[in-house]
Amino acid sequence: MVQLRLPKNSRVQRGEHHPAPAGATKVKTFKVYRYDPEGTENPRWDTYDVDVDACGPMVLDVLIHIKNTVDPTLSFRRSCREGVCGSCAMNIGGRNTLACTHGHDEVPGAQCQIAPLPHMPVIKDLVPDMTMFYAQYASIEPWLHTTTPEPQTEWLQTPEDRSKIDGLYECILCACCSTSCPSYWWNGEKYLGPAALLQSYRWLVDSRDEATGDRLDDLEDPFKLYRCHTIMNCAQVCPKGLNPAKAIGEIKKMLVDRVV
Amino acid sequence: MTDAPRARPLSPFTGIWRWHVTMATSIAHRVTGCAIYGGGLILAAWAVCLASGPEAYAAFQAVIGSPLGLLAMFALTFSTFFHLAKGVQHLIWDLGFGYRPQTASLGAVVCIAFAIAATLAIWAIAFMTGAL
Repeated sequence: MVQLRLPKNSRVQRGEHHPAPAGATKVKTFKVYRYDPEGTENPRWDTYDVDVDACGPMVLDVLIHIKNTVDPTLSFRRSCREGVCGSCAMNIGGRNTLACTHGHDEVPGAQCQIAPLPHMPVIKDLVPDMTMFYAQYASIEPWLHTTTPEPQTEWLQTPEDRSKIDGLYECILCACCSTSCPSYWWNGEKYLGPAALLQSYRWLVDSRDEATGDRLDDLEDPFKLYRCHTIMNCAQVCPKGLNPAKAIGEIKKMLVDRVV
Repeated sequence: MTDAPRARPLSPFTGIWRWHVTMATSIAHRVTGCAIYGGGLILAAWAVCLASGPEAYAAFQAVIGSPLGLLAMFALTFSTFFHLAKGVQHLIWDLGFGYRPQTASLGAVVCIAFAIAATLAIWAIAFMTGAL
């Protein structure tokens, strides 16, 4: 269902303001979504005036700086800090991206707003509950399905066939795309979303996979695949430069191709 | 620790998103599609009034010829052309082309430009031929 307003318990209130330390040389304001699951209050926007000369250039550097020097209770996921793990996916300046590879000076405007991935249940601060997202990924059975007997060595693939999964296998499952998609916001329980569908296509085009028909059968459903209306937010925001919209378009073509 | 955990809040979505032109045109495609349904009803009303005799037809003309009626017709003209252009973009997508974000954004801008230009052209022709 199309829903525009947040439910009552989710409306974000004004929060605290943390001024810059004395002697700061270059101050920038960061507006950060905060939610304390152990309290009774609604989520709130806290603002932090940060001396950006005192920390690194990326949004993740700023968050770590805030956590270290201002507020140790600030919670967010992070690991690799180089865009390969996908942990620090969040909404920065109104767009989903990875905090570790996005410079705070890339965000237009004087203030940099940082929120969790959109339309997700929030566990704490910038940490969303990804359970359904992972369940949807599992539902497309992201592994090689074969019926022929296993070869003595590896399953071989020509360089041409291998190149078909370029632009697909690089996905790090950060969920920037799925949570950018209005169709996923409003039908997330039935529509698989861009990330799961890109992965589905990754197995559909894999020359070694022998379950193409079953995989397509599974997607032939009014919601799982066809809620994609080519809004393009997924491809616009993917921090790895992948194109889920195109992958979904290719699946739609495969479904047509097998009946005509 | 006996308290049940409270329900998790939903993170903000429409309220924080910074729109791309492709998202705007996608939603406009839906909105103009709905508007065209409304236009279909106006067209049906026109046919009914035409069949009901000169008085009914004159009444219909008065409503459509009023400033509000003209504004609605102008909006409908735009909706029709925009929906047409966006439909062509969808056709191209369905053929497997135009998915690069830059290409899709350019296509969205072209749809808007075409709809504005075609709407103005139709209304200019209507004025010049004395249809209004």
